[in-house]
Amino acid sequence: MRMLKNFFMEFGAYLLLMKEAFKKPQNMHIFKRKMIYEMQVLGVDSIPIVCVISIFIGAAVVIQMILNLQNPIYPSWIYGFASRKALILEFSPTVISLILAGKCASMIASELGSQRISEQIDAMEVMGVNTASYLILPKIFACLLFFPLLIVLSIFIGLIGGGFGGMANGLSAFHYVEGIRLEFTTYDVVYAMIKTGVNALIISTIASYRGYTMKGGSVEVGIQSTKAVVQSSVVIMIINLLMTNLFF
Amino acid sequence: MIELVNISKSFEGKQILKDINIKFAKGKCNLIIGQSGSGKTVLMKTLVGLHSPDTGEVLFGGRIFNKMTIEQQIDVRKEMGMVFQAGALFDSMNIEENVMFPIRMFQKSSRGKMLDKVNLCLDRVNLKGVNKMMPSELSGGMRKRVAIARAIAADPKYLFCDEPNSGLDPQTSILIDDLISDITHELNITTIINTHDMNSVVEIGENIIYLHQGQLWWQGDKKNVLNTDNKELNDFIFCTALTKKIKENNDKK
Ligand SMILES: Nc1ncnc2c1ncn2[C@@H]1O[C@H](COP(=O)(O)OP(=O)(O)OP(=O)(O)O)[C@@H](O)[C@H]1O
Ligand SMILES: [Mg+2]
Repeated sequence: MRMLKNFFMEFGAYLLLMKEAFKKPQNMHIFKRKMIYEMQVLGVDSIPIVCVISIFIGAAVVIQMILNLQNPIYPSWIYGFASRKALILEFSPTVISLILAGKCASMIASELGSQRISEQIDAMEVMGVNTASYLILPKIFACLLFFPLLIVLSIFIGLIGGGFGGMANGLSAFHYVEGIRLEFTTYDVVYAMIKTGVNALIISTIASYRGYTMKGGSVEVGIQSTKAVVQSSVVIMIINLLMTNLFF
Repeated sequence: MIELVNISKSFEGKQILKDINIKFAKGKCNLIIGQSGSGKTVLMKTLVGLHSPDTGEVLFGGRIFNKMTIEQQIDVRKEMGMVFQAGALFDSMNIEENVMFPIRMFQKSSRGKMLDKVNLCLDRVNLKGVNKMMPSELSGGMRKRVAIARAIAADPKYLFCDEPNSGLDPQTSILIDDLISDITHELNITTIINTHDMNSVVEIGENIIYLHQGQLWWQGDKKNVLNTDNKELNDFIFCTALTKKIKENNDKK
């Protein structure tokens, strides 16, 4: 009962913070510059890890397909086709979002948290800065704009990784590419982008809430950053399940 | 003018500020003195709205600050400058960007003009050649001075300084006191300073408030602070061997 009450109190505080954060920036020029900076640290700097994870996931998916669909009644394009579906619809948007939750949520929460406990946020507040909007909104926008690009990259790299995995296990490149190109629908990609956008919102807002409302000392920075990762990952999984049910 | 009416504040049942009524005059240095833990910082944070009081009102120019909407508060705050006890510099920005922050955020002027202003402010706190350094590369006293430069950068109407000269050597300390006092009179602003530096008290204290255990215990100015018969205030001022001796000598005469 108390847990439920706590949950609703926190959820209310979270919504109120977001209401403040989504106010028009006081200085558009500074907002744009901050957003570009955030894209750099949250987005561009995540490219290497996204590539590494994607290439291995792609390879693993194709190898599993080959191992588990070995009956001759399956057409030769099935491996490329099924891998593409799996990568675009679930693996890239969900798995990469979880990786980004680990990387970006902890970063956002610990950055805002240390600014809070060293009174930097208070100092801005006293100057008349709307700190929620100044600090949080650029991060949300950066994630919203950049994560979809990362997912497109991930799908692409994943399919290449799959190609390597497939060829190493006797799948011909021709059949693999044939499968990838078969009945390609943009709907799948649109769905992946919507899902990614939602995940970007979940990661950036939950992490911002955890960091911005932090109280206490340096131990708390660690605790709240971990909470940010755990909570955003759980919420991503729940919302993704709901969306899969909703869209298909 | 800033006014506190019946301000009380407690944390987790422990009362820190007890029914405080003070008027802070415009164009004067208002000093809040008191022992460590007497509630000076809490009082200052209540003034600027970082703590909301349990009861009472904070008035800026007759308007109730603690009952305003956020937008109205932001408008008042654009005219505030504050030096935090621990400095609170933005650690991801260099010194120049720190001091420029309040100007760049709200004023539309060219980069050259803003830079001139930044250099002027840094000059006034006696800091040169630190523009491109990061806060973590400065000494404690230098950080304090950057915080003061940042607080005065946007020409505030209300200046709040939480122990601006703690951690500074006596000479720099006097420099900072003079600077704050000059700015206050030049720009005719309301300045509120938390301090336990007795030199500041006798130098620039035009309105002195003595806080004792969260209560307004004594109020006066630098002329009568040294010869009051308030026991707690006397204990507070004349606690060092040096000041005790001077007082004994004076009493003999
Ligand atoms: N956020 C807070 N939560 C709980 N108690 C607090 C909080 N802030 C201050 N206090 C308590 O309020 C009392 C007064 O603290 P304050 O910081 O105002 O002292 P001060 O007069 O500024 O002392 P100093 O000269 O050492 O800076 C202290 O007992 C402190 O424990
Ligand atoms: Mg203090």
